[in-house]
Amino acid sequence: MSHDPDHDHAHHHGDAHGHDAHSELGEMDLRVRALETVLTEKGYIDPAALDVLIDTYQTRIGPRNGARVVARAWADASFCDWLLRDATAAIASMGYTGRQGEHMVALANTPDQHHLVVCTLCSCYPWPVLGLPPTWYKSAPYRSRAVRDPRGVLADFGVLLPEATAIRVCDSTAEVRYLVIPQRPPATDGWDEARLADLVTRDSMIGTGLALDPAAAPGAAPASAPVTAPVTAPAAAPGSAP
Amino acid sequence: MSYTSHADLGGQLGHGGVFAQHPPEAEGELWHAAWEPRVLALTLAMGAAGAWNIDQSRAARETLPDYTGMSYYRVWLAGLQRLLLARGLVGTDELAAGHALHPALPLPRLLAAAEVAAALAKGSPTNRPTTRAPRFALGDRVRTSALQPDHHTRLPAYARNQTGTVERRHGTHVFADANAQGLGEQAQWLYTVVLRGTDLWPECTDPTLRVSVDAWESYLQPDPVSAGAPGKTRSGKAP
Repeated sequence: MSHDPDHDHAHHHGDAHGHDAHSELGEMDLRVRALETVLTEKGYIDPAALDVLIDTYQTRIGPRNGARVVARAWADASFCDWLLRDATAAIASMGYTGRQGEHMVALANTPDQHHLVVCTLCSCYPWPVLGLPPTWYKSAPYRSRAVRDPRGVLADFGVLLPEATAIRVCDSTAEVRYLVIPQRPPATDGWDEARLADLVTRDSMIGTGLALDPAAAPGAAPASAPVTAPVTAPAAAPGSAP
Repeated sequence: MSYTSHADLGGQLGHGGVFAQHPPEAEGELWHAAWEPRVLALTLAMGAAGAWNIDQSRAARETLPDYTGMSYYRVWLAGLQRLLLARGLVGTDELAAGHALHPALPLPRLLAAAEVAAALAKGSPTNRPTTRAPRFALGDRVRTSALQPDHHTRLPAYARNQTGTVERRHGTHVFADANAQGLGEQAQWLYTVVLRGTDLWPECTDPTLRVSVDAWESYLQPDPVSAGAPGKTRSGKAP
């Protein structure tokens, strides 16, 4: 795939070294640098703290945390009970606490009930378990449509649920943050937590995806690939490769 | 009305498909420009300094006139500058010069690099102790406020003047509406209230759709029509 230098969303995989070609974005760099300099000179911020903050969300706090929580819930029924009863405490027991996850609720997806999480008012998201939200989660199309046409939103993610599966959309309007526990894929009996965690995608913990099905996608499926739904969307060609 | 939020997007039509503007991002793909992580970090560091609370921060962002026209980190930068300017912590001349030109004002705290991990792990819990009894029980039928308040609020427009069912109680939490206005925390009971899709949206034909919001007690009244009606369960389950 060729790189398009004019693409608005140049990809920066985990680093902060941009290569923006736009003069407009160059101006943004200058504006942000100016603000950072003023705040540093005034003693309002410790510039070294900025680097620690960025590094934290690039390397330590992200959706692999949540994947470990879900994998433990799949593997350990008593932990799952605790997670559903007191998610804040159960998640804290794994070391994931704090900012934007102070008050957690876990929601179990089942064949009868699917949960989808949104913040229509801003971008509330459970940072300790999922890290920083993806752009689509913070943007108008998802925030406007998730509460009104969630099945249409799910179709954008390649997920088509049976009509009989009830849909619950949780709008994060206060300081409670929601973690979806996706359904455990079949044919994973006896898998250990580390192996199970590899099946848990970020989107499956928001409710816009399903956990990866090792039977449907043998080998290592990329985490960003569309997830196979219980019912395949009619538009998808049968047997089409990702 | 002088207060207008441009961020209350729930149910708005015409924004297109989820990926029409932004392609899907792989896990770990966090930034789209080099300045974005700096804005994130500046916002977190200044938030920790204690010159404003998170509700004031949200209010500063959602009232930006071009909110929907800006990328998210542009919103964060504009919101941060607005908070700093409004409190006299920086001047427009300083932002233009890129250097401090005036003496600093005192701030409650400075987030030092060595304190970041502990500060993030601690967070800012919003639950507060109370001796007040909750007004509503699980399963109660309630009607949400019809008012469009003239300040920051967390009851979305689509969820106003609706009947729903109380599903969860979360204890008493800092009341965002008051906190955003600098009126103190005024903690209230917080509930998850479940609404029916067919009540919310004229075109909705999905009988399974439920939408829940987390609503402070003062957003809610007992529903005069259905509260005492037979057949309404009080089991705490969704209707």
